[in-house]
Amino acid sequence: MASFHSLYSQIQIHGPYDEGLPLRGDESPRLIKPFLNRWIGKIGDPQIGPTYLGFCGIASLICGFIAIEIIGLNFWASVHWNPVAFIEGMAWHRLDPPEAKWGFTPFVPLAEGGWWIWAGFFLTASILLWWCRMYLRAKALGMSTHVAWAFASAIFLYLSIGFIRPMLMGSWHEAPPFGIIPHLNWTASLSVLYGNFYYNPFHCFSIAFLYGSVLLFAMHGGTILAVSRFGGERETEEIVDRGTAAERGALFWRWTMGFNATFESVHRWAYWFAILTTFSGAIGILLTGTVVDNWYLWGVKWGLAPEYPATYPDMTLPPDIAEQVRAITEAPGRSTAMVPPAPEATQ
Amino acid sequence: MSMLSFERKYRVAGGTLIGGEMFDFWIGPFFVGFFGVTTAIFATLGTALIVYGAAIGPTWNIWQIDIAPPAIEYGLGLAPLREGGLWQIITVCAAGAFISWALRQVEISRKLGMGFHIPIAFSFAIFAYLSLEVFRPIMLGAWGHGFPYGIFAHLDWVSNVGYQGLHFHYNPAHMLAVTCFFSTTLMLAMHGGVILSAVNPPKGEPVKHGQHENQYFRDTIAYSIGPLGIHRLGWFAAINAGFWSAICILISGPFWVGGWPYFYDWYLQLPFWNDMGLGGLG
Repeated sequence: MASFHSLYSQIQIHGPYDEGLPLRGDESPRLIKPFLNRWIGKIGDPQIGPTYLGFCGIASLICGFIAIEIIGLNFWASVHWNPVAFIEGMAWHRLDPPEAKWGFTPFVPLAEGGWWIWAGFFLTASILLWWCRMYLRAKALGMSTHVAWAFASAIFLYLSIGFIRPMLMGSWHEAPPFGIIPHLNWTASLSVLYGNFYYNPFHCFSIAFLYGSVLLFAMHGGTILAVSRFGGERETEEIVDRGTAAERGALFWRWTMGFNATFESVHRWAYWFAILTTFSGAIGILLTGTVVDNWYLWGVKWGLAPEYPATYPDMTLPPDIAEQVRAITEAPGRSTAMVPPAPEATQ
Repeated sequence: MSMLSFERKYRVAGGTLIGGEMFDFWIGPFFVGFFGVTTAIFATLGTALIVYGAAIGPTWNIWQIDIAPPAIEYGLGLAPLREGGLWQIITVCAAGAFISWALRQVEISRKLGMGFHIPIAFSFAIFAYLSLEVFRPIMLGAWGHGFPYGIFAHLDWVSNVGYQGLHFHYNPAHMLAVTCFFSTTLMLAMHGGVILSAVNPPKGEPVKHGQHENQYFRDTIAYSIGPLGIHRLGWFAAINAGFWSAICILISGPFWVGGWPYFYDWYLQLPFWNDMGLGGLG
């Protein structure tokens, strides 16, 4: 292994830069004069740049900058422009969407969630412009647009969480806040509010594809590194003209688990597992609160979960509450799982 | 003989760790080897015990089958079969099968003249499994701290143990693990996508290779890590997803018993800003 090293590059050849494939006449010039970084070269290609921005890239960066400015300045304003408190609370600061009383109107006073809408607008514009870039650069280089469509799946999840589901629910308040810890709190709260997301079958699919993606990359990355002594990292060449690296990689898995992909098909497995992670996640989000109110009760209904044992079997409801329960449970078209909200505790 | 067209010349003797030539053969596409035999024994016994556990349990509903570890009262002792003993034997079988599988991968790697990257990566997944079912229960002093074998039963366990820490998203190792899971999946989409888009070009275009893959990511994100580097990075990130998952549960209980949101109090109470009277974070 001394002469061909699979974990880091012991020898780096610093030759002329790769200035990039020729551009068509109607394209803007590439930016960033290429340069080499020895430390990056330890694990990957040492050359950074050149890069292509073009209209979409510049517009995307501007929109992204505006979104981050709106979020950051709101964070800072929330601590009365105290610079130390701003730094201290960087992970805790939040920019919340409008309260439920505003519904889904785009016209909300800035301080009451309007800033959140504007930040979301510019962030979305930035992301969509970046998607155009991923699509257009593939086209410009004579390649297909697979990466852009995988990115579209992630964007679909992002839009489902922050825009489509709030629209379906008729309230911006259903959307998550901006902020590091606040968005984690939102995630946990959403799960609990809707009866535990573990019982959401599309959440199950999403997690299975997420773990499956990581498993696939461990398997695929490991296979390529293990056959790199045979030149296995030249995957496209091995796809069109199979060599011993591809044969050994295939036989490893055939002998291990009775089945193997090819150097091309393993990338189809990878591509679809990654895409389906975010796509099934988005479906799970869109069903929550719109079609299913409580995933645990949904799980009980379909036999996924046992019912909790009756904790207070002898408790009799106060007559007025019992009347409300009867009115709701006996109403046509209502699920028997629906119960009125618990009365406020009084002594 | 279920052999690929090029397979025969690779089917040579040698490379085994144990057993010499005794188990050095194939059954259909499967290589056997000493560790293939132990894998089969452990996996068959473990699976049969799971089925037995389901048979003596209250339900055949596939979602609700639940083979639970012993009650906490049994500590680190042995429990009767019906009260967690099955879980204990199944755990031994699972560990035996997983470790045998990894060693069989080592033998197959040796046979094919490959590096050991795959079994090394798999060993991190085994470490995560053993952390959940063996190391952490030992540290906490009872097998009852392991997760049960059952589809929704093990999800309930994850949910409940998560909320015992009040809010598991605040666990810094969990943050790192989730970050590795998400970024590995992102990189997998990018890598799979760029390879497919290079070798399946639009009609009339020639197939593309490394130069175009590099150019695509240099053009879009200013840097292309290259064909060898992406597999190093993906392998490393995937391993870290498993490793930090193991760490995040190992520290939860044995080393941090409070709620994870309180883990950051030391930071919020640093004298530097605490003495300024900033009023805390609303």
